[in-house]
Amino acid sequence: MIQIVFAFVLWAAGWALNARLANGPGADTRAARLAVPLIFGATLLGMWELLVRGLEVPTVILPPPSQIAGTFAENTGLLWRDFVQTILKGAVSGYVIGCGAAFLTALLVDRYDYLRLGLLPLGNFMAALPIVGTAPILVMWFGFGWQSKAAVVVLMVFFPMLVNTVAGLQDTTTMQRDLMRTYASSWGQTLMKLRLPAALPFIFNGLKITSTLALIGAIVAEFFGSPTLGLGFRISTSIGQLDLGMVWSAIVVAALSGTAFYGLIALIERRVTFWHPSQRG
Amino acid sequence: MTRLIRPVLAMVLALMALWYVAVLPMNVKETLTQAERAGAVIAPPSAVERRDMSNWALVLNNTHALGESWNLDRPRLPAPHQVLTELYASTIGEEVTGRRGIVKTGTLSNRSLIYHGLITLNATFVGFLIGTGLGVVLAVGIVHSRVMDMSVMPWAIVSQTIPIVALAPMIIVVLYSIGIQGLLPKAVISAYLSFFPVVVGMVKGLRAPDSMQLDLMRTYSAEPMTVLTKLRLPSSVPYLFASLKIAIAASLVGAIVGELPVQQGGLGARMLAGSYYGQTAQIWAALLMAAGLAAVLVWLIGVIERRTLRRMGMMA
Repeated sequence: MIQIVFAFVLWAAGWALNARLANGPGADTRAARLAVPLIFGATLLGMWELLVRGLEVPTVILPPPSQIAGTFAENTGLLWRDFVQTILKGAVSGYVIGCGAAFLTALLVDRYDYLRLGLLPLGNFMAALPIVGTAPILVMWFGFGWQSKAAVVVLMVFFPMLVNTVAGLQDTTTMQRDLMRTYASSWGQTLMKLRLPAALPFIFNGLKITSTLALIGAIVAEFFGSPTLGLGFRISTSIGQLDLGMVWSAIVVAALSGTAFYGLIALIERRVTFWHPSQRG
Repeated sequence: MTRLIRPVLAMVLALMALWYVAVLPMNVKETLTQAERAGAVIAPPSAVERRDMSNWALVLNNTHALGESWNLDRPRLPAPHQVLTELYASTIGEEVTGRRGIVKTGTLSNRSLIYHGLITLNATFVGFLIGTGLGVVLAVGIVHSRVMDMSVMPWAIVSQTIPIVALAPMIIVVLYSIGIQGLLPKAVISAYLSFFPVVVGMVKGLRAPDSMQLDLMRTYSAEPMTVLTKLRLPSSVPYLFASLKIAIAASLVGAIVGELPVQQGGLGARMLAGSYYGQTAQIWAALLMAAGLAAVLVWLIGVIERRTLRRMGMMA
Protein backbone atom coordinates (compact mmCIF):
# COMPACT_ATOMS: atom_id res chain seq x y z
CA MET A 1 0.00 0.00 0.00
CA ILE A 2 2.74 2.40 1.05
CA GLN A 3 4.48 1.71 -2.28
CA ILE A 4 1.37 2.69 -4.25
CA VAL A 5 1.05 5.93 -2.34
CA PHE A 6 4.73 6.57 -2.83
CA ALA A 7 4.34 5.97 -6.58
CA PHE A 8 1.80 8.77 -6.85
CA VAL A 9 3.90 11.05 -4.63
CA LEU A 10 6.81 10.40 -7.00
CA TRP A 11 4.61 11.22 -9.99
CA ALA A 12 3.42 14.50 -8.40
CA ALA A 13 6.99 15.45 -7.43
CA GLY A 14 8.36 14.70 -10.91
CA TRP A 15 5.56 16.63 -12.59
CA ALA A 16 5.95 19.62 -10.24
CA LEU A 17 9.70 19.70 -10.89
CA ASN A 18 9.10 19.54 -14.64
CA ALA A 19 6.45 22.27 -14.43
CA ARG A 20 8.92 24.51 -12.62
CA LEU A 21 11.64 23.80 -15.15
CA ALA A 22 9.38 24.20 -18.18
CA ASN A 23 7.73 27.45 -17.06
CA GLY A 24 10.81 28.89 -15.38
CA PRO A 25 13.26 31.40 -16.86
CA GLY A 26 15.78 28.83 -18.14
CA ALA A 27 13.25 26.74 -20.08
CA ASP A 28 14.91 27.28 -23.44
CA THR A 29 18.40 26.28 -22.40
CA ARG A 30 19.86 23.03 -23.66
CA ALA A 31 20.10 21.62 -20.15
CA ALA A 32 16.38 22.12 -19.46
CA ARG A 33 15.43 20.62 -22.81
CA LEU A 34 17.42 17.53 -21.90
CA ALA A 35 16.46 17.39 -18.22
CA VAL A 36 12.68 17.59 -18.57
CA PRO A 37 12.19 14.46 -20.72
CA LEU A 38 14.79 12.57 -18.65
CA ILE A 39 12.99 13.39 -15.41
CA PHE A 40 9.71 12.34 -17.04
CA GLY A 41 11.20 9.03 -18.16
CA ALA A 42 12.76 8.36 -14.76
CA THR A 43 9.44 9.12 -13.04
CA LEU A 44 7.64 6.62 -15.27
CA LEU A 45 10.27 3.93 -14.55
CA GLY A 46 10.03 4.61 -10.79
CA MET A 47 6.21 4.41 -10.88
CA TRP A 48 6.37 1.16 -12.87
CA GLU A 49 8.70 -0.38 -10.26
CA LEU A 50 6.64 0.79 -7.27
CA LEU A 51 3.25 -0.09 -8.76
CA VAL A 52 4.33 -3.59 -9.81
CA ARG A 53 5.69 -4.24 -6.33
CA GLY A 54 2.85 -2.49 -4.51
CA LEU A 55 0.03 -4.18 -6.44
CA GLU A 56 1.95 -7.50 -6.45
CA VAL A 57 1.56 -7.97 -10.20
CA PRO A 58 2.86 -11.46 -11.11
CA THR A 59 6.21 -11.21 -12.91
CA VAL A 60 4.86 -13.36 -15.76
CA ILE A 61 2.57 -10.47 -16.64
CA LEU A 62 4.79 -7.47 -16.05
CA PRO A 63 8.23 -7.71 -14.43
CA PRO A 64 9.57 -4.62 -12.60
CA PRO A 65 12.35 -2.67 -14.34
CA SER A 66 14.93 -3.80 -11.78
CA GLN A 67 14.33 -7.44 -12.70
CA ILE A 68 14.61 -6.64 -16.41
CA ALA A 69 17.89 -4.83 -15.78
CA GLY A 70 19.10 -7.89 -13.84
CA THR A 71 18.23 -10.29 -16.66
CA PHE A 72 19.82 -7.93 -19.16
CA ALA A 73 23.07 -7.77 -17.16
CA GLU A 74 23.24 -11.55 -16.74
CA ASN A 75 22.70 -12.30 -20.45
CA THR A 76 24.75 -9.66 -22.23
CA GLY A 77 26.69 -12.32 -24.18
CA LEU A 78 23.54 -14.01 -25.44
CA LEU A 79 21.87 -10.71 -26.29
CA TRP A 80 25.01 -9.54 -28.12
CA ARG A 81 24.91 -12.61 -30.37
CA ASP A 82 21.20 -11.95 -31.01
CA PHE A 83 22.06 -8.35 -31.85
CA VAL A 84 24.74 -9.41 -34.33
CA GLN A 85 22.40 -11.94 -35.97
CA THR A 86 19.32 -9.72 -36.31
CA ILE A 87 20.58 -6.17 -36.52
CA LEU A 88 24.07 -6.37 -38.04
CA LYS A 89 23.52 -9.33 -40.37
CA GLY A 90 19.81 -9.11 -41.19
CA ALA A 91 18.72 -5.50 -40.89
CA VAL A 92 21.85 -3.54 -41.84
CA SER A 93 22.78 -5.64 -44.90
CA GLY A 94 19.19 -5.52 -46.17
CA TYR A 95 19.03 -1.80 -45.46
CA VAL A 96 22.19 -1.08 -47.44
CA ILE A 97 21.12 -3.24 -50.40
CA GLY A 98 17.53 -1.92 -50.39
CA CYS A 99 18.43 1.76 -50.07
CA GLY A 100 21.22 1.42 -52.64
CA ALA A 101 18.93 -0.28 -55.15
CA ALA A 102 16.21 2.32 -54.52
CA PHE A 103 18.70 5.13 -55.08
CA LEU A 104 19.90 3.70 -58.41
CA THR A 105 16.30 3.07 -59.51
CA ALA A 106 15.45 6.64 -58.55
CA LEU A 107 18.22 7.95 -60.83
CA LEU A 108 16.78 5.89 -63.70
CA VAL A 109 13.21 6.92 -62.93
CA ASP A 110 14.26 10.54 -62.77
CA ARG A 111 16.09 10.32 -66.08
CA TYR A 112 13.17 8.92 -68.08
CA ASP A 113 9.86 10.71 -67.78
CA TYR A 114 7.88 7.69 -68.92
CA LEU A 115 9.30 5.58 -66.09
CA ARG A 116 8.50 8.33 -63.58
CA LEU A 117 4.87 8.59 -64.72
CA GLY A 118 4.49 4.81 -64.64
CA LEU A 119 6.53 3.76 -61.60
CA LEU A 120 5.88 6.58 -59.15
CA PRO A 121 2.14 5.88 -58.60
CA LEU A 122 3.04 2.19 -58.21
CA GLY A 123 5.79 3.09 -55.74
CA ASN A 124 3.43 5.25 -53.70
CA PHE A 125 0.92 2.41 -53.68
CA MET A 126 3.50 -0.19 -52.66
CA ALA A 127 4.88 2.05 -49.91
CA ALA A 128 1.47 1.92 -48.17
CA LEU A 129 1.08 -1.87 -48.44
CA PRO A 130 1.61 -4.34 -45.59
CA ILE A 131 4.87 -5.65 -47.08
CA VAL A 132 5.65 -7.49 -43.81
CA GLY A 133 3.22 -10.06 -45.22
CA THR A 134 5.82 -11.21 -47.72
CA ALA A 135 7.98 -12.45 -44.81
CA PRO A 136 6.68 -16.06 -44.86
CA ILE A 137 7.28 -16.30 -48.63
CA LEU A 138 10.81 -14.93 -48.43
CA VAL A 139 11.68 -17.17 -45.48
CA MET A 140 10.52 -20.10 -47.61
CA TRP A 141 12.75 -19.00 -50.51
CA PHE A 142 15.92 -17.94 -48.75
CA GLY A 143 15.95 -20.32 -45.79
CA PHE A 144 16.05 -19.65 -42.06
CA GLY A 145 19.39 -17.77 -42.05
CA TRP A 146 19.93 -14.03 -42.09
CA GLN A 147 19.61 -13.89 -45.89
CA SER A 148 15.82 -14.20 -45.75
CA LYS A 149 15.65 -11.41 -43.14
CA ALA A 150 17.79 -9.17 -45.34
CA ALA A 151 15.44 -9.93 -48.26
CA VAL A 152 12.38 -8.86 -46.25
CA VAL A 153 14.20 -5.68 -45.23
CA VAL A 154 15.16 -4.94 -48.87
CA LEU A 155 11.49 -5.13 -49.91
CA MET A 156 10.32 -3.03 -46.96
CA VAL A 157 12.78 -0.17 -47.41
CA PHE A 158 12.80 -0.06 -51.21
CA PHE A 159 9.58 1.80 -51.99
CA PRO A 160 9.62 4.51 -49.28
CA MET A 161 13.25 5.23 -50.21
CA LEU A 162 12.43 5.31 -53.94
CA VAL A 163 9.53 7.72 -53.48
CA ASN A 164 11.58 10.05 -51.28
CA THR A 165 14.63 10.10 -53.55
CA VAL A 166 12.58 10.76 -56.68
CA ALA A 167 10.76 13.60 -54.90
CA GLY A 168 14.13 15.01 -53.88
CA LEU A 169 15.59 14.84 -57.39
CA GLN A 170 12.56 16.79 -58.66
CA ASP A 171 13.12 19.51 -56.07
CA THR A 172 14.97 22.06 -58.17
CA THR A 173 13.47 25.19 -59.72
CA THR A 174 13.36 25.85 -63.46
CA MET A 175 15.61 28.84 -62.86
CA GLN A 176 18.34 26.67 -61.33
CA ARG A 177 18.10 24.06 -64.08
CA ASP A 178 18.23 26.80 -66.73
CA LEU A 179 21.36 28.20 -65.15
CA MET A 180 23.03 24.79 -65.40
CA ARG A 181 21.92 24.68 -69.02
CA THR A 182 23.49 28.05 -69.83
CA TYR A 183 26.72 26.61 -68.42
CA ALA A 184 26.28 23.80 -70.99
CA SER A 185 26.62 21.25 -68.20
CA SER A 186 25.99 17.59 -68.97
CA TRP A 187 23.36 15.41 -67.26
CA GLY A 188 26.05 14.04 -64.93
CA GLN A 189 27.32 17.46 -63.98
CA THR A 190 23.82 18.80 -63.32
CA LEU A 191 23.20 15.75 -61.19
CA MET A 192 26.38 16.03 -59.14
CA LYS A 193 26.44 19.81 -58.68
CA LEU A 194 22.77 20.73 -58.46
CA ARG A 195 20.22 17.96 -58.14
CA LEU A 196 21.91 15.53 -55.76
CA PRO A 197 22.77 18.25 -53.22
CA ALA A 198 19.18 19.55 -53.50
CA ALA A 199 17.86 16.02 -53.02
CA LEU A 200 19.96 15.27 -49.91
CA PRO A 201 17.38 16.43 -47.32
CA PHE A 202 14.76 14.16 -48.95
CA ILE A 203 17.22 11.27 -49.19
CA PHE A 204 18.04 11.55 -45.50
CA ASN A 205 14.34 11.75 -44.68
CA GLY A 206 13.90 8.47 -46.55
CA LEU A 207 16.92 6.92 -44.81
CA LYS A 208 15.50 7.89 -41.40
CA ILE A 209 12.00 6.55 -42.09
CA THR A 210 13.35 3.28 -43.43
CA SER A 211 15.79 2.72 -40.54
CA THR A 212 12.85 1.78 -38.30
CA LEU A 213 11.21 -0.27 -41.04
CA ALA A 214 14.45 -2.25 -41.45
CA LEU A 215 14.46 -3.33 -37.80
CA ILE A 216 10.75 -4.20 -37.88
CA GLY A 217 11.26 -6.28 -41.02
CA ALA A 218 14.22 -8.20 -39.59
CA ILE A 219 12.47 -8.97 -36.29
CA VAL A 220 9.09 -9.93 -37.74
CA ALA A 221 10.73 -12.17 -40.35
CA GLU A 222 12.27 -14.16 -37.50
CA PHE A 223 8.80 -15.01 -36.19
CA PHE A 224 8.38 -17.11 -39.37
CA GLY A 225 11.53 -19.15 -38.87
CA SER A 226 15.10 -18.50 -37.74
CA PRO A 227 18.20 -20.25 -36.46
CA THR A 228 18.31 -20.55 -32.68
CA LEU A 229 19.42 -16.98 -32.18
CA GLY A 230 18.21 -13.53 -33.10
CA LEU A 231 16.01 -10.96 -31.36
CA GLY A 232 12.75 -12.14 -32.92
CA PHE A 233 13.58 -15.75 -32.04
CA ARG A 234 14.48 -14.70 -28.46
CA ILE A 235 11.20 -12.82 -28.06
CA SER A 236 8.99 -15.61 -29.38
CA THR A 237 10.72 -18.46 -27.48
CA SER A 238 11.07 -16.55 -24.19
CA ILE A 239 7.33 -15.84 -24.27
CA GLY A 240 6.77 -19.57 -24.61
CA GLN A 241 8.84 -20.07 -21.45
CA LEU A 242 7.06 -17.14 -19.74
CA ASP A 243 10.49 -15.61 -19.18
CA LEU A 244 9.22 -12.03 -19.44
CA GLY A 245 12.47 -10.56 -18.13
CA MET A 246 14.23 -11.97 -21.18
CA VAL A 247 11.49 -10.73 -23.54
CA TRP A 248 11.82 -7.22 -22.19
CA SER A 249 15.63 -7.41 -22.38
CA ALA A 250 15.37 -8.32 -26.08
CA ILE A 251 12.95 -5.43 -26.57
CA VAL A 252 15.39 -3.09 -24.81
CA VAL A 253 18.13 -4.23 -27.22
CA ALA A 254 15.81 -3.62 -30.19
CA ALA A 255 14.83 -0.19 -28.86
CA LEU A 256 18.40 0.86 -28.14
CA SER A 257 19.67 -0.26 -31.52
CA GLY A 258 16.72 1.43 -33.26
CA THR A 259 17.43 4.71 -31.51
CA ALA A 260 21.18 4.44 -32.12
CA PHE A 261 20.63 3.62 -35.81
CA TYR A 262 18.32 6.62 -36.22
CA GLY A 263 20.66 8.86 -34.23
CA LEU A 264 23.62 7.87 -36.39
CA ILE A 265 21.77 8.79 -39.58
CA ALA A 266 20.58 12.07 -38.06
CA LEU A 267 24.20 12.84 -37.11
CA ILE A 268 25.46 12.16 -40.63
CA GLU A 269 22.60 14.29 -41.97
CA ARG A 270 23.67 17.20 -39.78
CA ARG A 271 27.25 16.91 -41.05
CA VAL A 272 26.32 16.54 -44.71
CA THR A 273 23.40 18.96 -45.05
CA PHE A 274 24.66 21.65 -42.65
CA TRP A 275 23.57 24.29 -45.16
CA HIS A 276 19.87 23.36 -45.04
CA PRO A 277 17.56 25.76 -43.10
CA SER A 278 16.21 22.93 -40.91
CA GLN A 279 19.76 22.18 -39.67
CA ARG A 280 20.85 25.72 -38.98
CA GLY A 281 18.31 26.39 -36.18
CA MET B 1 -5.97 11.24 -66.29
CA THR B 2 -5.59 9.11 -69.43
CA ARG B 3 -2.08 10.52 -69.76
CA LEU B 4 -1.31 8.88 -66.41
CA ILE B 5 -3.09 5.57 -66.95
CA ARG B 6 -1.07 4.50 -70.01
CA PRO B 7 2.42 4.54 -68.43
CA VAL B 8 1.11 2.94 -65.22
CA LEU B 9 -0.61 0.21 -67.19
CA ALA B 10 2.55 -0.35 -69.22
CA MET B 11 4.59 -0.72 -66.02
CA VAL B 12 2.08 -3.15 -64.50
CA LEU B 13 2.17 -5.25 -67.67
CA ALA B 14 5.98 -5.17 -67.70
CA LEU B 15 6.08 -6.32 -64.06
CA MET B 16 3.60 -9.11 -64.84
CA ALA B 17 5.78 -10.28 -67.73
CA LEU B 18 8.80 -10.20 -65.44
CA TRP B 19 6.85 -12.27 -62.90
CA TYR B 20 5.98 -14.91 -65.52
CA VAL B 21 9.65 -15.13 -66.54
CA ALA B 22 10.78 -15.33 -62.91
CA VAL B 23 8.47 -18.32 -62.39
CA LEU B 24 10.72 -20.38 -64.70
CA PRO B 25 13.94 -20.47 -62.63
CA MET B 26 12.10 -20.40 -59.30
CA ASN B 27 10.12 -23.56 -60.05
CA VAL B 28 12.52 -25.30 -62.41
CA LYS B 29 13.56 -28.19 -60.14
CA GLU B 30 10.03 -29.25 -59.28
CA THR B 31 8.96 -28.85 -62.93
CA LEU B 32 11.82 -31.02 -64.21
CA THR B 33 11.12 -33.75 -61.65
CA GLN B 34 7.51 -33.87 -62.81
CA ALA B 35 8.51 -33.83 -66.49
CA GLU B 36 10.94 -36.68 -65.86
CA ARG B 37 8.19 -38.76 -64.23
CA ALA B 38 6.02 -38.05 -67.27
CA GLY B 39 8.74 -39.52 -69.51
CA ALA B 40 10.64 -36.49 -70.85
CA VAL B 41 14.43 -36.59 -71.29
CA ILE B 42 16.11 -34.15 -68.89
CA ALA B 43 19.67 -32.91 -69.43
CA PRO B 44 21.37 -34.00 -66.19
CA PRO B 45 19.33 -37.16 -65.63
CA SER B 46 19.69 -37.48 -61.84
CA ALA B 47 17.95 -35.21 -59.35
CA VAL B 48 21.10 -35.18 -57.20
CA GLU B 49 23.12 -33.58 -60.00
CA ARG B 50 20.36 -31.09 -60.69
CA ARG B 51 20.25 -30.04 -57.03
CA ASP B 52 23.72 -28.51 -57.26
CA MET B 53 23.20 -26.72 -60.58
CA SER B 54 22.07 -23.12 -60.89
CA ASN B 55 18.42 -22.61 -61.77
CA TRP B 56 19.12 -20.62 -64.94
CA ALA B 57 21.44 -23.32 -66.29
CA LEU B 58 18.68 -25.89 -65.80
CA VAL B 59 16.17 -23.67 -67.58
CA LEU B 60 18.50 -23.20 -70.58
CA ASN B 61 19.35 -26.92 -70.82
CA ASN B 62 15.74 -28.10 -70.71
CA THR B 63 13.68 -25.55 -72.58
CA HIS B 64 11.52 -28.34 -74.00
CA ALA B 65 10.29 -29.61 -70.61
CA LEU B 66 9.16 -26.40 -68.92
CA GLY B 67 5.53 -26.46 -70.00
CA GLU B 68 4.17 -27.19 -66.54
CA SER B 69 6.11 -24.37 -64.80
CA TRP B 70 3.03 -22.19 -64.50
CA ASN B 71 0.63 -24.92 -63.38
CA LEU B 72 2.42 -26.67 -60.51
CA ASP B 73 0.42 -27.74 -57.47
CA ARG B 74 2.81 -26.34 -54.89
CA PRO B 75 5.07 -23.90 -56.72
CA ARG B 76 7.76 -21.92 -54.95
CA LEU B 77 6.54 -18.93 -56.90
CA PRO B 78 2.96 -19.23 -58.20
CA ALA B 79 2.23 -17.49 -61.50
CA PRO B 80 -0.07 -14.45 -61.39
CA HIS B 81 -3.01 -16.36 -62.86
CA GLN B 82 -2.63 -19.07 -60.19
CA VAL B 83 -2.78 -16.42 -57.47
CA LEU B 84 -5.84 -14.82 -59.05
CA THR B 85 -7.53 -18.23 -59.39
CA GLU B 86 -6.79 -18.96 -55.72
CA LEU B 87 -8.08 -15.53 -54.74
CA TYR B 88 -11.30 -16.09 -56.68
CA ALA B 89 -11.70 -19.64 -55.36
CA SER B 90 -11.21 -18.56 -51.75
CA THR B 91 -13.51 -15.55 -51.93
CA ILE B 92 -16.40 -15.71 -54.37
CA GLY B 93 -15.99 -19.39 -55.24
CA GLU B 94 -15.94 -20.51 -51.61
CA GLU B 95 -18.93 -18.40 -50.63
CA VAL B 96 -21.14 -19.22 -53.63
CA THR B 97 -20.44 -22.90 -54.23
CA GLY B 98 -18.59 -24.05 -51.09
CA ARG B 99 -20.16 -26.44 -48.60
CA ARG B 100 -19.86 -23.85 -45.82
CA GLY B 101 -20.39 -20.79 -48.05
CA ILE B 102 -22.89 -18.04 -47.40
CA VAL B 103 -25.25 -19.34 -50.08
CA LYS B 104 -25.60 -22.81 -48.50
CA THR B 105 -25.41 -21.93 -44.78
CA GLY B 106 -26.28 -18.26 -44.51
CA THR B 107 -23.00 -17.46 -42.72
CA LEU B 108 -19.59 -16.65 -44.14
CA SER B 109 -17.36 -19.69 -44.60
CA ASN B 110 -14.41 -19.80 -42.21
CA ARG B 111 -12.25 -20.87 -45.13
CA SER B 112 -12.91 -17.80 -47.22
CA LEU B 113 -10.70 -14.76 -47.35
CA ILE B 114 -13.79 -12.55 -46.99
CA TYR B 115 -14.35 -13.97 -43.51
CA HIS B 116 -10.67 -13.57 -42.54
CA GLY B 117 -10.48 -10.15 -44.15
CA LEU B 118 -13.44 -8.96 -42.07
CA ILE B 119 -11.76 -10.19 -38.87
CA THR B 120 -8.63 -8.23 -39.75
CA LEU B 121 -10.70 -5.23 -40.78
CA ASN B 122 -12.54 -5.22 -37.44
CA ALA B 123 -9.31 -5.16 -35.46
CA THR B 124 -7.92 -2.51 -37.81
CA PHE B 125 -10.91 -0.22 -37.30
CA VAL B 126 -11.09 -0.62 -33.52
CA GLY B 127 -7.33 -0.03 -33.21
CA PHE B 128 -7.47 2.89 -35.62
CA LEU B 129 -10.26 4.58 -33.65
CA ILE B 130 -8.51 4.09 -30.30
CA GLY B 131 -5.14 5.21 -31.68
CA THR B 132 -6.53 8.25 -33.48
CA GLY B 133 -8.65 9.31 -30.48
CA LEU B 134 -5.74 9.07 -28.05
CA GLY B 135 -3.43 10.76 -30.56
CA VAL B 136 -5.72 13.78 -30.99
CA VAL B 137 -6.24 14.12 -27.22
CA LEU B 138 -2.51 13.94 -26.55
CA ALA B 139 -1.77 16.45 -29.33
CA VAL B 140 -4.28 18.92 -27.81
CA GLY B 141 -2.57 18.45 -24.43
CA ILE B 142 0.89 18.96 -25.93
CA VAL B 143 -0.15 22.16 -27.67
CA HIS B 144 -1.73 23.63 -24.53
CA SER B 145 0.74 22.55 -21.86
CA ARG B 146 4.39 23.43 -22.11
CA VAL B 147 5.28 20.78 -19.53
CA MET B 148 3.64 18.07 -21.58
CA ASP B 149 5.28 19.34 -24.74
CA MET B 150 8.75 19.25 -23.19
CA SER B 151 8.39 15.93 -21.40
CA VAL B 152 6.22 13.80 -23.72
CA MET B 153 7.18 14.97 -27.22
CA PRO B 154 10.83 13.78 -27.13
CA TRP B 155 9.66 10.33 -26.02
CA ALA B 156 7.04 10.27 -28.77
CA ILE B 157 9.81 10.93 -31.29
CA VAL B 158 12.16 8.36 -29.74
CA SER B 159 9.40 5.76 -29.74
CA GLN B 160 9.14 6.23 -33.53
CA THR B 161 12.64 4.79 -33.83
CA ILE B 162 11.76 1.66 -31.83
CA PRO B 163 10.60 -1.44 -33.70
CA ILE B 164 7.27 -1.52 -31.88
CA VAL B 165 6.02 -4.59 -33.71
CA ALA B 166 8.53 -6.57 -31.64
CA LEU B 167 6.13 -6.04 -28.74
CA ALA B 168 3.23 -7.68 -30.56
CA PRO B 169 3.58 -11.30 -29.36
CA MET B 170 4.18 -10.13 -25.80
CA ILE B 171 1.15 -7.85 -25.72
CA ILE B 172 -1.01 -10.70 -26.97
CA VAL B 173 0.30 -13.26 -24.49
CA VAL B 174 0.15 -10.87 -21.54
CA LEU B 175 -3.38 -9.71 -22.33
CA TYR B 176 -4.39 -13.34 -22.83
CA SER B 177 -3.02 -14.27 -19.40
CA ILE B 178 -5.23 -11.66 -17.73
CA GLY B 179 -8.25 -12.93 -19.63
CA ILE B 180 -8.48 -10.52 -22.55
CA GLN B 181 -8.48 -12.21 -25.93
CA GLY B 182 -9.97 -12.00 -29.38
CA LEU B 183 -10.30 -8.62 -30.99
CA LEU B 184 -8.82 -6.33 -28.35
CA PRO B 185 -5.15 -7.43 -28.20
CA LYS B 186 -4.83 -7.02 -31.98
CA ALA B 187 -6.55 -3.65 -31.75
CA VAL B 188 -4.06 -2.58 -29.07
CA ILE B 189 -1.18 -3.22 -31.47
CA SER B 190 -3.01 -1.40 -34.26
CA ALA B 191 -3.69 1.52 -31.93
CA TYR B 192 -0.04 1.60 -30.89
CA LEU B 193 1.12 1.83 -34.51
CA SER B 194 -1.48 4.40 -35.61
CA PHE B 195 -1.04 6.57 -32.51
CA PHE B 196 2.23 8.38 -33.28
CA PRO B 197 1.64 9.53 -36.85
CA VAL B 198 -1.56 11.16 -35.58
CA VAL B 199 0.18 12.85 -32.62
CA VAL B 200 2.96 14.27 -34.78
CA GLY B 201 0.58 15.41 -37.54
CA MET B 202 -1.95 16.93 -35.15
CA VAL B 203 0.68 18.85 -33.15
CA LYS B 204 1.88 20.35 -36.43
CA GLY B 205 -1.71 21.10 -37.46
CA LEU B 206 -2.79 22.65 -34.16
CA ARG B 207 0.24 24.93 -34.36
CA ALA B 208 -0.49 25.85 -37.99
CA PRO B 209 -2.42 29.09 -37.25
CA ASP B 210 0.01 32.02 -37.52
CA SER B 211 0.46 34.70 -34.89
CA MET B 212 -1.80 37.11 -36.77
CA GLN B 213 -4.77 34.76 -36.42
CA LEU B 214 -3.93 33.99 -32.78
CA ASP B 215 -3.67 37.73 -32.06
CA LEU B 216 -7.08 38.27 -33.62
CA MET B 217 -8.54 35.65 -31.25
CA ARG B 218 -6.83 37.45 -28.39
CA THR B 219 -8.37 40.81 -29.35
CA TYR B 220 -11.74 39.05 -29.15
CA SER B 221 -10.58 37.97 -25.64
CA ALA B 222 -11.42 34.40 -26.62
CA GLU B 223 -11.14 31.57 -24.09
CA PRO B 224 -8.53 28.85 -24.85
CA MET B 225 -11.47 26.51 -25.51
CA THR B 226 -12.87 28.87 -28.16
CA VAL B 227 -9.45 29.26 -29.77
CA LEU B 228 -9.21 25.49 -29.91
CA THR B 229 -12.63 24.83 -31.43
CA LYS B 230 -12.87 27.84 -33.74
CA LEU B 231 -9.30 28.26 -34.92
CA ARG B 232 -6.87 25.45 -34.06
CA LEU B 233 -9.05 22.39 -34.76
CA PRO B 234 -10.37 23.63 -38.14
CA SER B 235 -6.91 24.58 -39.34
CA SER B 236 -5.51 21.20 -38.30
CA VAL B 237 -7.93 19.22 -40.50
CA PRO B 238 -5.66 18.92 -43.58
CA TYR B 239 -2.81 17.71 -41.36
CA LEU B 240 -5.15 15.28 -39.62
CA PHE B 241 -6.14 13.64 -42.90
CA ALA B 242 -2.54 13.35 -44.05
CA SER B 243 -1.75 11.51 -40.80
CA LEU B 244 -4.91 9.39 -40.97
CA LYS B 245 -3.79 7.95 -44.30
CA ILE B 246 -0.50 6.81 -42.77
CA ALA B 247 -2.25 5.68 -39.58
CA ILE B 248 -4.82 3.42 -41.27
CA ALA B 249 -2.13 1.66 -43.32
CA ALA B 250 -0.07 1.24 -40.14
CA SER B 251 -2.99 -0.16 -38.17
CA LEU B 252 -3.67 -2.72 -40.90
CA VAL B 253 -0.05 -3.86 -40.59
CA GLY B 254 -0.50 -3.95 -36.80
CA ALA B 255 -3.62 -6.11 -37.05
CA ILE B 256 -1.93 -8.56 -39.43
CA VAL B 257 1.18 -8.88 -37.26
CA GLY B 258 -1.06 -9.23 -34.21
CA GLU B 259 -2.74 -12.24 -35.79
CA LEU B 260 0.51 -14.16 -36.19
CA PRO B 261 0.90 -15.49 -32.61
CA VAL B 262 -2.73 -16.59 -32.16
CA GLN B 263 -4.23 -18.75 -34.85
CA GLN B 264 -7.79 -17.52 -34.51
CA GLY B 265 -8.54 -16.27 -37.98
CA GLY B 266 -7.58 -13.17 -39.88
CA LEU B 267 -5.32 -12.56 -42.86
CA GLY B 268 -2.15 -12.85 -40.74
CA ALA B 269 -3.25 -16.28 -39.52
CA ARG B 270 -3.95 -17.35 -43.12
CA MET B 271 -0.45 -16.30 -44.19
CA LEU B 272 1.18 -18.24 -41.35
CA ALA B 273 -0.98 -21.31 -42.02
CA GLY B 274 -0.04 -21.11 -45.70
CA SER B 275 3.64 -20.96 -44.80
CA TYR B 276 3.34 -23.99 -42.46
CA TYR B 277 1.64 -26.16 -45.09
CA GLY B 278 3.60 -24.93 -48.12
CA GLN B 279 0.47 -23.46 -49.72
CA THR B 280 2.21 -20.61 -51.50
CA ALA B 281 -0.80 -19.62 -53.57
CA GLN B 282 -2.76 -19.23 -50.32
CA ILE B 283 -0.13 -16.85 -48.88
CA TRP B 284 -0.09 -14.80 -52.08
CA ALA B 285 -3.88 -14.63 -52.17
CA ALA B 286 -3.98 -13.43 -48.54
CA LEU B 287 -1.26 -10.91 -49.37
CA LEU B 288 -3.21 -9.65 -52.36
CA MET B 289 -6.33 -9.37 -50.20
CA ALA B 290 -4.36 -7.35 -47.61
CA ALA B 291 -2.97 -5.10 -50.35
CA GLY B 292 -6.47 -4.57 -51.71
CA LEU B 293 -7.77 -3.73 -48.22
CA ALA B 294 -4.96 -1.22 -47.66
CA ALA B 295 -5.63 0.43 -51.00
CA VAL B 296 -9.38 0.65 -50.35
CA LEU B 297 -8.89 2.06 -46.83
CA VAL B 298 -6.43 4.75 -47.95
CA TRP B 299 -8.69 5.61 -50.89
CA LEU B 300 -11.70 5.84 -48.56
CA ILE B 301 -9.91 8.33 -46.33
CA GLY B 302 -8.89 10.27 -49.42
CA VAL B 303 -12.56 10.53 -50.46
CA ILE B 304 -13.64 11.67 -46.98
CA GLU B 305 -10.76 14.16 -47.00
CA ARG B 306 -11.84 15.71 -50.29
CA ARG B 307 -15.49 15.94 -49.20
CA THR B 308 -14.64 17.46 -45.82
CA LEU B 309 -12.16 19.97 -47.16
CA ARG B 310 -14.59 21.03 -49.88
CA ARG B 311 -17.37 21.61 -47.35
CA MET B 312 -14.98 23.56 -45.14
CA GLY B 313 -13.93 25.65 -48.12
CA MET B 314 -10.28 24.61 -47.76
CA MET B 315 -9.96 22.84 -51.09
CA ALA B 316 -7.22 24.44 -53.15
